[in-house]
Amino acid sequence: MLVHSRGGRWATCIVFFVLFLPVFALPLLVIVAASFATNWSSALPSGFTTGNYGAATTGDSLQALTTSLITALAASVLALTVGSWAALAAAALKKGGRRFMDALFVLPVAVPSVVVGLAILVAFSKPPVLLNGTRWIVILAHTVLVMAFAYQSVSAAILRLDPMYEQAAASLGARPHLVLWRVKLPLLLPSLTAAAGLCFALSMGELSATMMLYPPDWTPLPVQIFAATDRGSLFTGAAVAVVLMGTTLLVLLAVSRIRTKASFR
Amino acid sequence: MASAGRGKPAGDPAPGAVPTLPRGLEGQGGTPNALRNDCPQRGKGKQVPTWVWALPPVAVLAAVFLYPLALVVRQSVSPDSGGTSLQPYADVFASSAFREALTTTVWLSAGATVGCLVLGFVLALVIAFVPFPGGKAVARFIDVFLSFPSFLITLALLFIYGTVGMANGLWTDATGAHSGPFQFLTTPWGVLLAEITYFTPFVMRPLLAAFSQLDTAQLEVASSLGARPARIVRRVILPEALPALAAGGSLVLVMCLNEFGIVLFTGAKGVTTLPMLVYSKAILESDYPAACVVAVVNIAISVGLYGLYRVVSRRVGA
Repeated sequence: MLVHSRGGRWATCIVFFVLFLPVFALPLLVIVAASFATNWSSALPSGFTTGNYGAATTGDSLQALTTSLITALAASVLALTVGSWAALAAAALKKGGRRFMDALFVLPVAVPSVVVGLAILVAFSKPPVLLNGTRWIVILAHTVLVMAFAYQSVSAAILRLDPMYEQAAASLGARPHLVLWRVKLPLLLPSLTAAAGLCFALSMGELSATMMLYPPDWTPLPVQIFAATDRGSLFTGAAVAVVLMGTTLLVLLAVSRIRTKASFR
Repeated sequence: MASAGRGKPAGDPAPGAVPTLPRGLEGQGGTPNALRNDCPQRGKGKQVPTWVWALPPVAVLAAVFLYPLALVVRQSVSPDSGGTSLQPYADVFASSAFREALTTTVWLSAGATVGCLVLGFVLALVIAFVPFPGGKAVARFIDVFLSFPSFLITLALLFIYGTVGMANGLWTDATGAHSGPFQFLTTPWGVLLAEITYFTPFVMRPLLAAFSQLDTAQLEVASSLGARPARIVRRVILPEALPALAAGGSLVLVMCLNEFGIVLFTGAKGVTTLPMLVYSKAILESDYPAACVVAVVNIAISVGLYGLYRVVSRRVGA
């Protein structure tokens, strides 16, 4: 304990909350407050209404929500499949090979996501694979972006795995594929669900690459929020943002263990 | 136990003497010699080497990520007029828009990193060493905070400091003036504020991890010897926290360099960072060679820094 006197501790607490609340809590509260308002020109918003949610859950916005959900689901499943396969394969390699796989699969994190979007746009706008203008290009970009997080979270979990179980299974004569299917994967299941939740949350909020390549008939929620605020309807934008935050939170709660980008960087 | 399937009575272990296994493992030893240890490492020649299993995911990554990146590099040296030349690089490096974007990006990222380090250090210090009710909840809240996209912060700042937002509304109500004094949102300062807000938790996470490993007895000893809190922080805690600060700081630096959502939502015409320049060149001006040149520069900077970050964080074990 650093501060012993009662007064000192109170003072530190006050300083903490003076720093903490405006910086972190206020932004989220403000968005929620604004989503119920029609006007904000004094200390508090005015003109209470739920009409913004009417606009945020019908028509284009509703379509954007389903678009986002489908994109996030598809991207998470694909990224998790490729990412955990890579992590499991890397764990079986020697040190040099593992290092190489690590470097290769964290590369999408280091490359700016706008550039990932540009690269995919450039590559898939011409034969042999023509995806530009379809929904698949958005799903593909999201998959690439979240794959690195899936890989990192699964390979971190593999490192923590007790090798005794697989050795015991193998010594009793189980073939590698059976060890993987009946021993390793069940043990990794909690980490896999957590990774799936993380991938889903990241994909729901992804804006940078999406801005580069979304087709007009496949606009995810973040693009919808940007379109709303860009044309000046800030309060509708806030309501759509609350829908986005709520959906993300629900999914994270459903997988019950909240993990974040920071834990896997 | 499916011991009935293993015919040889000589080698059959007593039923029940074998530790329980997940179902499906029984009877895998093969019928004739149940006791022979079929260790997978001593395979029978038809076993594929382990690196073959790594090939499919690597192939997928190469197809959807490495190949597109290579195309970006190729596009950056093929100008619209045809052929291969470094002309796009010369053009872009000579343009004032690029140089301005580069300087803005660098000083914004550096400023945001310093801000995050200071704020994150203070907040983590209080959470770790001055226990107060709700500290756990605060740590949980930060995790939730990090799962939200960055542009929400700019959206919130629009309501707080925007032209008709909370702060300006308070000011006009109090003074009767026509407009408020807070007009910085569309300047680089607005971006800086949003970046510090969003990225500070990324510094706090490794710091809190480092602080939890610090032996509190050291603090008690220092304090019983008469050191004031400020001195304890400077002489005991700070040296312990330096690796975590370095790791968190370089991570935030890379993420600020790559940040796009915050800058886009600010809607400031005066604030152009490298990712923003890539976007406007490619989407708004359809000038792909120039966009690819900027992209290559951006990749070089961030991948270089990210490599540095990996080295630093591996060395300190953060």
